[in-house]
Amino acid sequence: MSWFKSFLNSSIGKKTVMATTGLLLCLYLVVHLGGNLLLYAGPDVFNGYVKNLTAFKPLIRVIEVVLVIIFGAHIVNGLRLAIENKKAGGTSYQLNRKNENSTPSSRTMAITGSVLLLFLIVHLATIWYNFQIEHSGGQFFNIITGSDVGLGNMFIAVLYGVAMVLMGFHLKHGFQSAFQTFGIRFNRHGKLIEMVSILFWLIIPAGFLSIVIYFGFMGGAN
Amino acid sequence: MQITLKVWRQSDANSPGDFVSYPVDNVTEDMSFFEVIDMLNDELVLRGEEPIAFDHDCREGICGTCGIFIDGRAHGPLQGVTSCQVHMRSFTDGQEIVVEPWRARAFPVIKDLAVDRTAFDRIMASGGYISVNTGSSVDANATPISKHDADEAFDAAACIGCGACVASCKNASAMLFVGAKVSQYALLPQGQPESKERVLNMVATMDDEGFGSCTNTGACESECPKEISLEHIARMNREFIKASLG
Ligand code: HEM
Ligand code: SF4
Ligand code: FES
Repeated sequence: MSWFKSFLNSSIGKKTVMATTGLLLCLYLVVHLGGNLLLYAGPDVFNGYVKNLTAFKPLIRVIEVVLVIIFGAHIVNGLRLAIENKKAGGTSYQLNRKNENSTPSSRTMAITGSVLLLFLIVHLATIWYNFQIEHSGGQFFNIITGSDVGLGNMFIAVLYGVAMVLMGFHLKHGFQSAFQTFGIRFNRHGKLIEMVSILFWLIIPAGFLSIVIYFGFMGGAN
Repeated sequence: MQITLKVWRQSDANSPGDFVSYPVDNVTEDMSFFEVIDMLNDELVLRGEEPIAFDHDCREGICGTCGIFIDGRAHGPLQGVTSCQVHMRSFTDGQEIVVEPWRARAFPVIKDLAVDRTAFDRIMASGGYISVNTGSSVDANATPISKHDADEAFDAAACIGCGACVASCKNASAMLFVGAKVSQYALLPQGQPESKERVLNMVATMDDEGFGSCTNTGACESECPKEISLEHIARMNREFIKASLG
């Protein structure tokens, strides 16, 4: 196992972990958004869907453990890279025209990622806790849209909105970057990767954001 | 033209250093940026001051010795050129130009604008070669190589080791340099026997020397005077993942 450990501790190994976990999280987003869009179908459909999920409890628990591992690896490794890379940079330039050679989204992965982490903590401590631990008397729809920990609460709605915009920003760079990390060549597959990337940085975050806007700011639940 | 050079002055590796502004008159737009520093240095010597130390050798973009952060960019405002190929027509009359050394933990400042890039030499020593017994040269077409591979290996081999990739990277990553050096051998049959140890050793040395890792921002590719492509980083990643896992 020593080769594996030295791989994980190498610069390219750490990048490979970021790319693998990042893309798996992207896959999870698809499933997650699919479920969330049922909110538009009203309380009965949504509550029924969450209740049905409860029937698969053991499977859900396994998925949750896998997700914790993926998120954990992505976050720990990401923060570790951010610290190491900051140190490697040394003294900053007095004048550095970064916009001439790179995109803002590529330079702010650790910042956008950290806001996502904050969002994730709040999200789990409220929604996940209510759904999974409290079971909420089956009134899942009301939890999501209500003014307690749901989108009816202005603070929550704003945090969720900002987080979704920044997630789009994180994935604008992150999704295509992961392929470069794997060594899948830009020139040959660039166009295809760029097209699929739009799904992840624009369409999916916009889908989540639409829910935030509809139920948080347009009174969609009433 | 009249310009002001705001130059980083640092007397040795252990001194703190600071910026000093020098107005320079009688600059013409056909002068190279280095001629302006030469002119200023002559004046400094006459005034009994220490001239500005900066690395340079060929002054025609082939040796890779020069490397200065000029006006907020590695090798100045143009694309695909080295610092020695920058001319004053790229600037405007009366402009203040900030002149800084490469900034990276792995490239400590020796004096003023000169930095220690021997970390690159140590990376090369750990695998940037092929081991063959030298004898008389073999027949030119004894080993056929496709045009595409030959061209790409040649593009990678165009790297002059200037360090602009490290200097412009927010992580001070040396992946474009190492990617180019790994690629030039990975593409050719002569590089195959040692390919696995090469990529593992060169990446390990790169990490030990304190370079950061790659976030794929692409700043290196934009600032590289030889326009080395990110494709070579992709190839190195593939080689490294393959060599590590199998
Ligand atoms: C929860 C908090 C998160 C943190 C702290 C975080 C942090 C980071 C950091 C620092 C990087 C850049 C690493 C580097 O190249 O230097 C990164 C890359 C990436 N992240 Fe995140 N991230 C988070 C959430 C997410 C989420 C929710 C997704 C997807 C749904 C995601 C997908 C990606 C992808 C695809 C990459 C690119 C990997 C690569 O360049 O090879 N991240 N993340
Ligand atoms: S890859 Fe380009 S920028 Fe980096 S050392 Fe080689 S020539 Fe210089
Ligand atoms: S002095 Fe040789 S490349 Fe600039």
